[in-house]
Amino acid sequence: MEESAIRIEKLTRDFQADAGPIRAVDKLSLDVPAGIVFGFLGPNGAGKTTTIRLLLGLLEPTSGRAKVLGYDTQSQAAQIRTHTGALLEHSGIYEQLSAEDNLEFYGRVWRLPKTVRQDRIRELLTQMGLWERRHEPAGKWSRGMKQKLALARALLHRPSLVLLDEPTAGLDVAAAVEVREDLAFLAEREGVTIFLTTHNMSEAEKLCHQVAIIRQGKLVAVGHPDELRARSGGPRLEVIGKGFTELALTRLRARPEVVAAEATNGHLAIELRQETTAAPLVSLLVDAGVQVEEIRRGKASLEEVFLTLMEEE
Amino acid sequence: MNDILTVMWKERKGLFRYKGSRTRFLPVLLTPVLLAVVMPWQWGAEWVEEIPTVILSALIPMILVGVTIPDSFAGERERHTLETLLASRLSDRAIFFGKVAVSVALGWGVTLVVLLLSLITVNIAHWDGKLLLYPPVIAWGNLALSLLMAVLVAGMGILVSLRAETVQQAAQTLMALFVVPIILMQLAAFVIPMALPSDQIRRLIESIDGTQLMLIVLAVLALLAASIFALAMARFQRSRLALD
Repeated sequence: MEESAIRIEKLTRDFQADAGPIRAVDKLSLDVPAGIVFGFLGPNGAGKTTTIRLLLGLLEPTSGRAKVLGYDTQSQAAQIRTHTGALLEHSGIYEQLSAEDNLEFYGRVWRLPKTVRQDRIRELLTQMGLWERRHEPAGKWSRGMKQKLALARALLHRPSLVLLDEPTAGLDVAAAVEVREDLAFLAEREGVTIFLTTHNMSEAEKLCHQVAIIRQGKLVAVGHPDELRARSGGPRLEVIGKGFTELALTRLRARPEVVAAEATNGHLAIELRQETTAAPLVSLLVDAGVQVEEIRRGKASLEEVFLTLMEEE
Repeated sequence: MNDILTVMWKERKGLFRYKGSRTRFLPVLLTPVLLAVVMPWQWGAEWVEEIPTVILSALIPMILVGVTIPDSFAGERERHTLETLLASRLSDRAIFFGKVAVSVALGWGVTLVVLLLSLITVNIAHWDGKLLLYPPVIAWGNLALSLLMAVLVAGMGILVSLRAETVQQAAQTLMALFVVPIILMQLAAFVIPMALPSDQIRRLIESIDGTQLMLIVLAVLALLAASIFALAMARFQRSRLALD
């Protein structure tokens, strides 16, 4: 396999609408290394789903090109679909079929020999805690269980690359956590490259080795979550307490190591120029009459990075 | 070929395997089977030589394929399973022929069973010491007619399903299309006697040879079925379906 699982060069896709052409993906260039979990982040309508469809060769680009696992999306789409697994916007589960038959069908589609197919179905359903209920029609299952089944289907033929479009969208917290855990476990055990779209920043933070952020089809930023956080701002100090008066804040902002300080509802966020000891700042606050209950060090969350980038754009 | 069989496996399971599916399709399947007993019982020996089997050979595949094709094509999109199927390694042709094969096999197969059952009914109910069989023209004509009708309705059903948003919409449009030729035939039956004198009509009817008429009808149907089916095949493309 090439070093890059996905290589995208100036990929553009326009759609015709009543109000005129809409550019869903705009000169997108991206390189996804093999063997990692790559998060493709963006708000609704940013072009994430269109990008996945372009990568699978389900849509033709208006201009630009992309290679997936070394195959060109326009001329070798069939090879791409042979070597990838996908969980798209909808789970694509046949609700009238049992869970086992859903996987049996796709096992046949991927031409897995009968014994391999049966062993793999058992392995995946057991891993996801669905084996005991394999004979039930999937339509009777909860949304989280269906999503797990769809994830099993995407991994059934041991693809080199799995494309997941919002795998936890619409799930309740518990189900989303379960799907995320399964995903992390399977990604590590199977060693596949995962290209994951999401607008859930904490999910990306927990799962992804690299993330790209797009907005209105354009790439806004790409890198390791830590890199993006560092780009967005320096270290932070969070103080929980009472009595954050204007006097205390003015004194705090006057300190050379402090970039900004904002207090809301018993919570003070201090942005620092560089890593520094917290003690002098805490003393200053106490002297100014603040009752300090708790102090935490931290960095900007990916969500804050995302919001900052969206505002900049 | 393996891929077509795989799609057929899934389609067949979807149609018959589970409780809801059985409840939905049993009445549709039972009606022709009942016709195979009641109608030949009433008609007697004439059943094997007259027109009713030809009508059944046209109607049964029309109803069965007309019910299953929208469910198979529009239903796959309505239930949001089509895109995942398109994202697999299956070719457009394998998906297309796998789906069509199950519907056509069902429509054609049930027709053949009905023709056979009705023959058995006639022989049991009106036995006079001689085995009654379909004349070769009727037998071969029915085989060809039912197959062509199944293919024609499949082609029409696919074209309608590709444009419809739901199974219900596709089924309604298809049923509306079935009514058009019936209305045209009734209109012709009303207009022709007014345009032509009755003795001319009688001479025209007497001059028509049954075999020739059957061949002409089959040839026209074959041409129509091939054209519509080819059009449906051409329209069933990944890029187009993904955009839908």
